[in-house]
Amino acid sequence: MSRIFIHGTGAVSPAGWGVAAMRDALAAGVPVPTVALERPCRAVPLSVRRVPAPEARPAFMAHPRLRRTSPITHFAVAAAIEALGEDAARVAARAMRLGIVFCAFGGCVGYSRRFYSEVLHEPATASPLVFPETVFNAPASHLAAYFGTTAVNYTVIGDQGEMVKALALAADWLLADRVDCCLVVGSEEADWLTGDALRLFGGGALLAEGAGAVCLRREPSAVELAAVTEPELFLAGRGRGPAARRMGEALGGVGDPGDLLVDGLAGGKADTAEAAAWEGWNGQRVSPRRILGEGLAASSAWQVVAAADAIRRGAARRAVVSVVGSNEQAIGAELRAG
Amino acid sequence: MLFPLPSLPSVPHRVVVTGIGIVTPLGIGGAVNAEGFRAGRRAFRPVTLFDVSRQRTRIAAEVDLSSTLPPTLLTDRRTGRLERGARMLLVAAHEAWTQAGWTAADGPVAQVLGTTSGGMKLGQDFYRQAVAPPASDRGQGRRVVHYQAQRQALDLADAFGVHGPVTIIANACASGANAIGHAAGLVRSGRARRVFAGGYDALSQLVFAGFDSLQALSPTSCRPFAADRDGLALGEGAAMLCLETLGSARDRGAEILGEILGYGTATDVHHLTQPQPQGDAALTAMRAACVEARVEPEDIGYVNAHGTGTPANDVAEAHAITRWAGARACTLPVSSTKAGIGHLLGAAGAVEVAVCLMALRGQWLPPQTGGGAPDPACGFPLVREAREARFSHALTNSFGFGGANASLVLRRGT
Repeated sequence: MSRIFIHGTGAVSPAGWGVAAMRDALAAGVPVPTVALERPCRAVPLSVRRVPAPEARPAFMAHPRLRRTSPITHFAVAAAIEALGEDAARVAARAMRLGIVFCAFGGCVGYSRRFYSEVLHEPATASPLVFPETVFNAPASHLAAYFGTTAVNYTVIGDQGEMVKALALAADWLLADRVDCCLVVGSEEADWLTGDALRLFGGGALLAEGAGAVCLRREPSAVELAAVTEPELFLAGRGRGPAARRMGEALGGVGDPGDLLVDGLAGGKADTAEAAAWEGWNGQRVSPRRILGEGLAASSAWQVVAAADAIRRGAARRAVVSVVGSNEQAIGAELRAG
Repeated sequence: MLFPLPSLPSVPHRVVVTGIGIVTPLGIGGAVNAEGFRAGRRAFRPVTLFDVSRQRTRIAAEVDLSSTLPPTLLTDRRTGRLERGARMLLVAAHEAWTQAGWTAADGPVAQVLGTTSGGMKLGQDFYRQAVAPPASDRGQGRRVVHYQAQRQALDLADAFGVHGPVTIIANACASGANAIGHAAGLVRSGRARRVFAGGYDALSQLVFAGFDSLQALSPTSCRPFAADRDGLALGEGAAMLCLETLGSARDRGAEILGEILGYGTATDVHHLTQPQPQGDAALTAMRAACVEARVEPEDIGYVNAHGTGTPANDVAEAHAITRWAGARACTLPVSSTKAGIGHLLGAAGAVEVAVCLMALRGQWLPPQTGGGAPDPACGFPLVREAREARFSHALTNSFGFGGANASLVLRRGT
């Protein structure tokens, strides 16, 4: 069987912890309030959308590997637990081989900034506890330790399109029988350093944080991964506009009235190419970034989660995810009722 | 479409290497590196790239990188913006591309790269300016864009005028091996006909200080597997391979430099930075690579160990190799080329594949010079002196923070 299905979804977003909170925010259509994030040398703080504090300390924080971790890991673990659901017990019992693809754009920025600050101040006392948490694959390692899986585990980096591309990678592992199920997770944490960087290349988008996760398997479920397009790279002479248009065409262009487009529009000037690619869209449409903010890899994860959730709940039979990333690629995916 | 996949070949393609490019502290290019690795040269010296005056250790293996880069399709302005890691990547890629005789007109070329740091120096520069009054955005936009690894991948694609999916794996110190293993899988399964694969990392202050903070850097000299070893040494570099199907290479009349036979991975969940002491995940990775390659330990003529020189890594790897090799262990030549060039992090796995392919091709074993009596856990002989050997298969290990373990089995080109 060469079909792949989404068995679970998880999300942590500025709307709250869990897919339900994200779903409610998207349905309301009102942008989540921003908060001020101070930054050095600037009188005007950044406006960002942060994940609200959980109502209670998450139980997973008791795991010894998670004690010193930063928000990017907390968000990733929470989303992954929700997405994996009851399969977690089978993984822990070694009855199911769990692969992990962790996607990051900004990565472990908070600890990286803190550690480099310590290095500049006095390298002899820079914290050995902090440095390992700066490494891109630290969250993926913590996920593996938390679930107790020793199977294949990749951290892939790139722009927002990486999360969509990772769906195809997970499908590949499943079809090659390297794993029985695979988590694809996108997670990011808000830090003034990322916010300051996004200000320079993000086209006016406001930084957000959180995570999204999907659990893929070969066994049928309500949501099927029908297609992932070839990534259309932003190469010399092949800019964002043509790349977005080709991605849209690969996904069927205008769609039917019952279809759902989960696009990547964030409300800034960087939207132009993607907006043009979908200007003839006939179906329903939702733009998670407009509501939740620019969460980089997390944002595209929210898009995938929103699309899968809509199909699972019967709100659409077919959903298209469109991502025109900041500086690498345009890529999309199609999900269908299984 | 990336998915669903095209119908796969009934028999997996054989994956051959038709181009190798290598940049290490021993020099630029295959010839000088083959000579250096064959002789067991060491390339350590005081760090000059950044201030290490307040570090516990002040030695690393730097690359002497020319200010002139090989000609590509990039404009001078764009070439001038490349960060140090990207420059090493471009040099290695140019050598591999030229050797393979690939052209952009021959169709898509997928890219699979491994790195831990991307353009880290630019990230450091961005931070320092961001916290230094008065506030200024001058140069910051360029820094933030060129810091990102995907920018370096797109630069590489534009340099050679190619297009194709890009995958950047950041599995810490296994990244380069993961990149080549993953790339080989793309070719083997028919998902890509040609893949440009490798790894790169430049020395950076943050990473140097990080390893120093962990007291993982040797205060004396890097002596992998020595009983009295006291840490690793950092280096920098890049290696790129041109991978394609055997059929494609034969159709072109390309010289076949070697073959990627098997790839195995495993995740060690023991600790974020410390391996499980018996090397269970390393053993799993080696076994998996051999299963895919359809070889037994008796078929392997040389193991290029991860061999960082840290007490914890080397004893775990020694146990793993000894357990995996069984009766073969007592005669199996093993060395760590990190003894000569240090740990190249995201580039390490790719460089070590290149070294193995050169050794297979030249029929010599890379010695690790220096170091005293081996750790008692080593149930295998360490290659201590330059010598010739007749062997057809090599295995290389790469292990990283986070428990990323990868092994590759390589065969001599025919």
